[in-house]
Amino acid sequence: MTATLKDTTAIVGIGQTPFARQLPESEKTLACRAVLAALDDAGLSPSQVDAFASYTMETTDEVEVAKAIGAGDVTFFSRVGYGGGGSCATVAHLAAAIATGQATVGVAWRSRKRGSGPRPWRDTRTQLPTPAQWTRPYGLLRPVDEIAMLARRYMHEYGATRDHFFNVALACRNRANQNPAAVMYERPLTREMYMTSRWVSDPLCLFDNCLETDGALACVVVAAERARDCRATPVYVHSAAQGLPAQHHGMVNYWTDDPLSGPSWTAARQLWKTADFGPQDIHVAQIYDAFTPLIPLSLEGYGFCGRGEGAAFSEGGALELGGRLPLNTGGGGLSEAYVHGFNLINEGVRQLRGTSTAQVPGAATCLVTAGEGVPTSALLLRS
Amino acid sequence: MSSIMQGTTDNGLLLPVQDEDGRPFWEFAARGELRVQACADCHRLRFPPRPCCPRCQSFVGEWHRVSGRGRIWSYVLPHPPLLPAYADQAPYNVVVVELADAPGIRLVGNLVAAPDAALDSVDPSRLRVGAPVRVAFAELAPGVTVPRWLLERP
Repeated sequence: MTATLKDTTAIVGIGQTPFARQLPESEKTLACRAVLAALDDAGLSPSQVDAFASYTMETTDEVEVAKAIGAGDVTFFSRVGYGGGGSCATVAHLAAAIATGQATVGVAWRSRKRGSGPRPWRDTRTQLPTPAQWTRPYGLLRPVDEIAMLARRYMHEYGATRDHFFNVALACRNRANQNPAAVMYERPLTREMYMTSRWVSDPLCLFDNCLETDGALACVVVAAERARDCRATPVYVHSAAQGLPAQHHGMVNYWTDDPLSGPSWTAARQLWKTADFGPQDIHVAQIYDAFTPLIPLSLEGYGFCGRGEGAAFSEGGALELGGRLPLNTGGGGLSEAYVHGFNLINEGVRQLRGTSTAQVPGAATCLVTAGEGVPTSALLLRS
Repeated sequence: MSSIMQGTTDNGLLLPVQDEDGRPFWEFAARGELRVQACADCHRLRFPPRPCCPRCQSFVGEWHRVSGRGRIWSYVLPHPPLLPAYADQAPYNVVVVELADAPGIRLVGNLVAAPDAALDSVDPSRLRVGAPVRVAFAELAPGVTVPRWLLERP
């Protein structure tokens, strides 16, 4: 019998700072505030923390966070690469460490001042050396350009339209309009606004792009038996996976036989293989939405519909509350905050606690995903 | 410091930051040849270049000359905010071209009206997925040449 992660650990605390285009405090201070808020939510003391996980792009390292918050001896620490592809893997690494006895109280976090900081693509010198020589000289400069290339091909092959991408943007905005913490809380979106907005990289317009946000989030992972003693309702890590497909090239995935089947397909196969339920049993989904086309691609990858059907899946309010698959119920990266997808994890926890501002009645299962289009990760959470 | 050492042309376009695996591609391009890395043992083509063959694991490579004909697989039209040299030409096109004699090998590039023409020299209404194109070469800076793409039926 192979050891399994299934339900052996749980998220027992979540915390976050305010989200805004610009916050005055440093990324380090914001990180500490989010971590302490998550520990307070769990009813655990900082001195009990013995594991940390974050992203390789995180600027504040474990040493700084641990000593600032007053952590005890730390016996596990891990960083995950590929930007927003690492979000769910931070929880997965902590879950694996705790399930195998390497640590007992884990904290995952992400703090980022993407709103007030520089845009990474503006840096002309520290390029990703291998793929950049094949793309950047031609003016394929930004992540939005790289994803727009796949989006145009997806539209060509499957008849997806801008209205399908609008369905995604609208669902996220509608949920943000219910969430006072969301950057776009008081800013409704209409189809006319979407269709007349400026292009960023045709076929993608302004509203196909996520926000640029300052903010930080954290969550706390412990063993299931310990979770029952914590202050908040435990949310169990039912299944977890990372995904780096064969012959994958990152966001410029133009050089494989099938560029439109991305890392979500790989993560999904592993995720469902170890789960007691399938896509048809998911009550609510938090799917990484740096750009709207990632949603139809991910819906296909995670098995909510067939290949090429992700755009059509979004029709008829399927992604809205009361629809087939309520999506990004805090507003997501498109309309709540873009903090490399960590807000999707915390919103998944809220849904399964029954405390979301856009609560899906009786939600007991939630899929959370990290960035599609880059080496990725995903979690199945259950109450 | 010269613009080439900074990795840009005199007018600020980015030059390819070559690595050891990619350098032959650029050396052939400077001679006006479009070549793709291939395994010298099992002859499988691969792109981007890498140290060994993902099929047979051979470290012996060769550079296979291709016809330079292909079709537009996809394209985008970037709008600002962009790096200044690109913003000056925006909206311009970036295309992915699937090579006719090496399906599955796709190159990112620009569709232009002439080899040395600007990145916005083709009317965007002429861009179509599937449009046949052929390669041309533009010298961006002394010794640095990149492939560009011309419509077969301009």
